[in-house]
Amino acid sequence: MSNQSLVWRIGGAQGHGVDSASTLFARSSAKLGFHVLGRREYHSNIIGRHSYSDVRISNRQVGGHCASPDILLCLDPESLCRHINTITEQGCIVIDAADIDVDLTSLKFLDASLKKQLLEQLSLTKQPSTISGLLACLPDKKFTVVKIPFATFSETLQNTCAVPRSLAARSKNIAMVAVSAAILNITEAILVAEIERVFAGKQKAVELSCLTIHLAYEYVKTAIVQSRINLPENVKANEQRLWINGYQSVALGKLAAGMGMQPYYPISPATDESHYLEAHQTVPLLEGGHAGPLVIQTEDELAAITMACGAALTGARVATSTSGPGFSLMVEGLGWAGMNEVPVVVTLYQRGGPSTGMPTRTEQGDLQFVLNAGHGEFPRIVLASGDVQDCFYDACRAFNYAERYQLPVIHMLDKNLASTSETVLPFDEQDLRIERGELAQARNENESEQHMPRFQITDNGLSPRPGLGESGQRFWTTGVEHSEWGQVCEDPLVRTSMMEKRARKLALAADEIPLVEKLATYGNEQATLTIVSWGSNKGVVVETVEQLNREGQAVRAIMVKLLWPLPVTELQKLIRKNDTLVVVECNQSGQFNRLLKEQLGREADHLILKYTGRPFSLEEISQSMHKIISGQAEKIMIHANPFE
Amino acid sequence: MNPKDYSADIHNDWCAGCGDHGILNALEKAFAELKLQKHQVAVFGGIGCSGKTPYYLDTNGVHTLHGRVLPFATGAKLANPQLTVIAVGGDGDGLGIGAGHFANAGRRNLDITYLLYNNGVYGLTKGQAAPTIRQGEKTKAMSLPSMQSHLNPIMLALTAGFSWVARGYAYDTHQLSTLIQNAITHKGSSFIEILQPCPIYNDLHDKQWYEQCEATKLPRIYSLQEEDYDSYVPPGANKEVHEQKMIQCVMKAQEWDERIPVGVFYHEPGRAELSQQIATQQTFYQALPPARQPAIDKNNQNLLDLHHIYAELTI
Repeated sequence: MSNQSLVWRIGGAQGHGVDSASTLFARSSAKLGFHVLGRREYHSNIIGRHSYSDVRISNRQVGGHCASPDILLCLDPESLCRHINTITEQGCIVIDAADIDVDLTSLKFLDASLKKQLLEQLSLTKQPSTISGLLACLPDKKFTVVKIPFATFSETLQNTCAVPRSLAARSKNIAMVAVSAAILNITEAILVAEIERVFAGKQKAVELSCLTIHLAYEYVKTAIVQSRINLPENVKANEQRLWINGYQSVALGKLAAGMGMQPYYPISPATDESHYLEAHQTVPLLEGGHAGPLVIQTEDELAAITMACGAALTGARVATSTSGPGFSLMVEGLGWAGMNEVPVVVTLYQRGGPSTGMPTRTEQGDLQFVLNAGHGEFPRIVLASGDVQDCFYDACRAFNYAERYQLPVIHMLDKNLASTSETVLPFDEQDLRIERGELAQARNENESEQHMPRFQITDNGLSPRPGLGESGQRFWTTGVEHSEWGQVCEDPLVRTSMMEKRARKLALAADEIPLVEKLATYGNEQATLTIVSWGSNKGVVVETVEQLNREGQAVRAIMVKLLWPLPVTELQKLIRKNDTLVVVECNQSGQFNRLLKEQLGREADHLILKYTGRPFSLEEISQSMHKIISGQAEKIMIHANPFE
Repeated sequence: MNPKDYSADIHNDWCAGCGDHGILNALEKAFAELKLQKHQVAVFGGIGCSGKTPYYLDTNGVHTLHGRVLPFATGAKLANPQLTVIAVGGDGDGLGIGAGHFANAGRRNLDITYLLYNNGVYGLTKGQAAPTIRQGEKTKAMSLPSMQSHLNPIMLALTAGFSWVARGYAYDTHQLSTLIQNAITHKGSSFIEILQPCPIYNDLHDKQWYEQCEATKLPRIYSLQEEDYDSYVPPGANKEVHEQKMIQCVMKAQEWDERIPVGVFYHEPGRAELSQQIATQQTFYQALPPARQPAIDKNNQNLLDLHHIYAELTI
């Protein structure tokens, strides 16, 4: 913890309210004016396995997740086992007093390797293999332990609210949030107001939660909890802000882009976005009436992308949303969209691969796949968002690219971004424009006796785009190599001109797309030490660069947003001969580094990698950068944190 | 309009004597009878000889991917409900690589028509067995008889939920055209299995085989409707009627060898059609389907008002 930022963590079994507890705490701290950043880690499981959630509150905008919490709330004994080693020096741990004698060898979901490590730790300090043993086995750390008597809270709740024990037990998450809030001197009223918002109209739930909060505050008052944890000095944000996560931001971007249809097949971690859109598929129009996207669940991802293509042929703005395994299935449809010049947006939330991999964990392992997916050669645009704010604008932009250049656009995100929440300023729709590209005009009657030359050869490669069902715009289209009329044609020269026509559109995109949409630079522009990275590493990279510059180290970062066509000329201008290049990416083989090497002839002097399925922490990037600065860094630095 | 008005001025590369010619003629005739406007018709083809059908029609034509013709067609119909959407494909396309889409297109009951050209073989890849070839059968190009059992398209369509199920014969253009017209007019997912001899690769089920049974010396093909088979399930029919109609369809679908029925097997107009279902959730759907969005002003700005969603997220 610094005086500018505090990291709050809650852990517990899935289905026991980890997420709702962190939302309660996050929104309450946001109400105090803080910038808030949230992170979720969870297993591919419905009930029982460990999940945790971080809330980082700060008096300025921060983007990086942290490895070490200042305050740790353990809804169950397993949470303490998983996180105790990461608590900061002066941190605070909140546990249920009833868990104190639980033996960690009895915990079924604790991974064997972590269990072994903890048992070794306990045996070295001659502590028993219990929760109290664990709390005593780190003598160097001066953390505070708050053992809340939840059993007595539960009894009061049962008696006062006349609820069964099972229901009272479910208030533990709220009790712990309230204890932590009381320790941090956040007023009870703020929590109560948030509860009233969440449970609006559910009087019994409000009553139960408010009593729980009250009991927790009374407990902290009477038990005189000693804690060295304080809220950061507050800079009150006056502006109205949103508390929003990555997938919600993408969904809103799609609505702002006027998306007409999204076919999808359920897959973690992409489904949340389609689900959210489904709940918002009827939106009022400024001039009265309603509109909104048709969100439709398909039988598989083959159908999702081909349905999207079919819809796009009518002129609708279409997207589909998926993750790696689904994208693997979509590849044939992607090629069809490339060949038929169909504007279609694929929103890709990367997760740990290969195969089923790690469905609920993050990775940037699909970059080379996305760049090359599909047999044969066809143009595509690939862009990657860096943070929650970017998700909105990029999602919106993706449709303009798709329709302007009449090709598939892959918008790359990952599980990390999907489940990162942040306080952001309301999105600015004033400057957004819906650009539909070159649409075919309805022709006069004589001409309309003829088909349109759908693939008319033009200087810039763009042919006017007709819509199925539009008067005077009849056309053929085909995944087979074709003439201008969309009829099968294998003539060598026609083939050559069609390949070249399609390729020209990509050159046009590279030429037209403005620099700010291609990349962004941060830190000291004169610095020779340069981090180049992409996607959701933005938060940690930018924050580390700012921190290093404050420490007097000249460092800059280049975050590349447009991955294909890669802004080669622009990057060549930015990257000087004697720069030390550091590439940061969340995968094993340095896929972005390979792209740089191939396209720029430059590669990383240092490669910082992580492929545990978890995003980089601020501590990890900071540690590697300090090593580089002090000349002690290896060429490749791989991070793996056993406690995430 | 007459049928030839729907014919594209493109040289057709199907083999002489192929059943596909008859199907194309029946389609053109059906379009003419229904007086369809060319720009409002979109014909989607799968991959294989049958998949080339869209090239030869002067309507909109979309040549898709192997097995995926139904989701392409579904996407277009959902986005523009005014379109008349026809999907065509072979038995390998629809029952092999595309079987999952076949089943799901049925259950959606969207107002599209699917024609399955059943010739028993993969013609364009030179005669391998399609999923309709029976166990023990061996056509000309197969090295050994098929070890695998066959799929029954009519039964599959019925259980998948197509609300109008029929079978036609490629060389009976007149009857097939009537079936296609009724399929297009039917509000819901309609399916026609078309017995389509492949003169090159299917030497077991050729024109002669269909038109005369060696044992009976009579045509194998007969019309269900001429024998007073009643496929109609009245809207609001009770469970017993439903069951009886399904059972008779299954029984008729089993007939093969000596007598092969064509005509309408099952017709249930009362089943809820998908676009009507959508309109219950999106009341604006018929007026502003995906193809009529985005709603924008003259400055190309979105007319959707997202304020209520921002409000849900506001601190």
